[in-house]
Amino acid sequence: MGRLKKFKDSYFLYSFLHDRMAIASLVILLVLLIMGLGAPVFAPHNPYDTTTIDIMDAETPPVWLDGGNTNYILGTDNQGRDLFSTMLYGMRISILIGIGAVCMQAFMGIILGLLAGYCGNKIESFLMRLADVQLSFSTMMVAIFLSAIFQTAFGVARFEEMAVPFLIVVIGLAEWPQYARTVRASVLAEKKKEYVEAARVIGFSPQRIMWRHILPNSLSPILVISTVQVANAVMSEAALSFLGLGMPVTKPSLGSLINSGFEYIFSGSWWITLFPGFLLVLLILVINLLGDWLRDVLNPKLYKG
Amino acid sequence: MFAFIVRRILQAIVVMLIISVIGFAIKQNVGDPIRQLTGISVSKAERDALRTQLGLNDPFMIQYVRFLKNAVKGNIGQSYFYKKPAMEVILTKAPATLELVFCSAILIILLSVPIGVYAAIYPKRLFSRFALSGSIVGVSFPVFLTAILLVYIFSIKLGVLPSYGRGETVTIGGWETGLLTLDGLKHLILPTISLSSIMLPLFIRLIRSEMMEVLQTDYIKFAWAKGLPRWRIWFIHAFKNTLLPVITVGGVQLGTMIAFTILTETVFQWQGMGFMFLEAVERSDTSLLVAYLIFVGAIFVCVNTVIDIIYGLVNPMVRITGRT
Repeated sequence: MGRLKKFKDSYFLYSFLHDRMAIASLVILLVLLIMGLGAPVFAPHNPYDTTTIDIMDAETPPVWLDGGNTNYILGTDNQGRDLFSTMLYGMRISILIGIGAVCMQAFMGIILGLLAGYCGNKIESFLMRLADVQLSFSTMMVAIFLSAIFQTAFGVARFEEMAVPFLIVVIGLAEWPQYARTVRASVLAEKKKEYVEAARVIGFSPQRIMWRHILPNSLSPILVISTVQVANAVMSEAALSFLGLGMPVTKPSLGSLINSGFEYIFSGSWWITLFPGFLLVLLILVINLLGDWLRDVLNPKLYKG
Repeated sequence: MFAFIVRRILQAIVVMLIISVIGFAIKQNVGDPIRQLTGISVSKAERDALRTQLGLNDPFMIQYVRFLKNAVKGNIGQSYFYKKPAMEVILTKAPATLELVFCSAILIILLSVPIGVYAAIYPKRLFSRFALSGSIVGVSFPVFLTAILLVYIFSIKLGVLPSYGRGETVTIGGWETGLLTLDGLKHLILPTISLSSIMLPLFIRLIRSEMMEVLQTDYIKFAWAKGLPRWRIWFIHAFKNTLLPVITVGGVQLGTMIAFTILTETVFQWQGMGFMFLEAVERSDTSLLVAYLIFVGAIFVCVNTVIDIIYGLVNPMVRITGRT
């Protein structure tokens, strides 16, 4: 109970309850998350089940337009799948990849950032140079290259089978420098403080000091960057899928859905592209808004790194 | 200063070497050039002979040195699909991409500087708030979606602007340009807007926050106290000092822009390097893929080095701290 009360009185909760934008974003995000992760429950059709799909239903417009079918609220895509269900399933994949990629980045970034910040010297300059070079190539470019290489190396069929783990690895590898830099910057600031010195005098091992003392104290910049990075990862995944380097059309994410609908926009079927597009923007926007709010509240000055 | 420049250039060379090793390793491990060269009817013995003759059985390092020697002469392999040197293929496609990046960069500078400065000087005004919240929405819009929306509105609904291709082009000394014909310019509008849409919010926010920080400093207060005219304080005193970080970020963002040309060019079927790269991926044209990697890597490294040197020239602190 003590913790709960502490949380109730905290500045964190206070500022959250007094920011309408933050509340709205969180509510929308939660709704999207529940709808996405619970897609099999909420979706009226199962887009992966080929037996229920009829190609004759392809390109049915949304209900409120001429020729709409009440069976398919938002219409159907070019293969006759219910667009609403496909979008939900697609969002589930996007969210899974986004969160997975951020976990991967966090894992790499935190370990390398801690090492660089705490050990200093050669390891630090090597890792940070590497991060600089990789960042100067832009994470997008690195991700595109990595998945292009993965695809040519493993073959398209194999890649499509394993698309989700592959994409998590690709996006994770492409974006770790952002994390490592933030972690390093905050470790450098924490390292100079007295409690670290005290811990060292007691004779704790460097590992223990890094994990149990420094890391918990540099959590707030990590939290802020994690939110922004989820949005970035979702965006990268969508971009890769849009280029045909990500999720296959049989198991579409929002990006591949937009891609598959793009050809049909010229024949008037705008809904296949635009509905998933708006869902994607909404998802990224609410995460970004929450990230902005978090940054203002926690105000980690090290954010610029 | 001289030592600083030399060190930067050495660093650039090291990075280029690393990129070339990566590129070469990809080339070695993905795809088999012998299978690309020969038909089915060629026997195994003949293939092996060809392999030895082409030097594909040599140790990795020897082959790498050979690759590097050719690369310095500008020969980075043969495109399997085009049956032409990869460098030549890239150079014919590069003008299209560079024109697109150039136009977007101009659009970004023309828009972000006035909006950012205005938002910093009058942070409370409606327009500034609008620009700021607009920029958050802008950041959340994936570039390909902006492009698709633009195509939908301007090409399909309104039918005013063309939706794909470069239109009519003029060739001047081997540089195929779309900037000189009306049709080419029309084709350029939508891709330019969508490419700049991704960077514009970022720059507006950056310029605004840097400018606001500078406006708080003592020397600006002193300038006010001296009674200097407003525009002089804003543009001569304050704006100059906001430029420094903007230049550095701008350099890094140029790389991002080239990455995003891949997306814009796909939507608009723009016959540039990005479109070529995706085609190369689809055709498993490893050679062209690696050539693209090295070419784009070289552009990034050059731009970053030049920006670092400019930064060093403008800001002596960088040179001095770098020396220790």
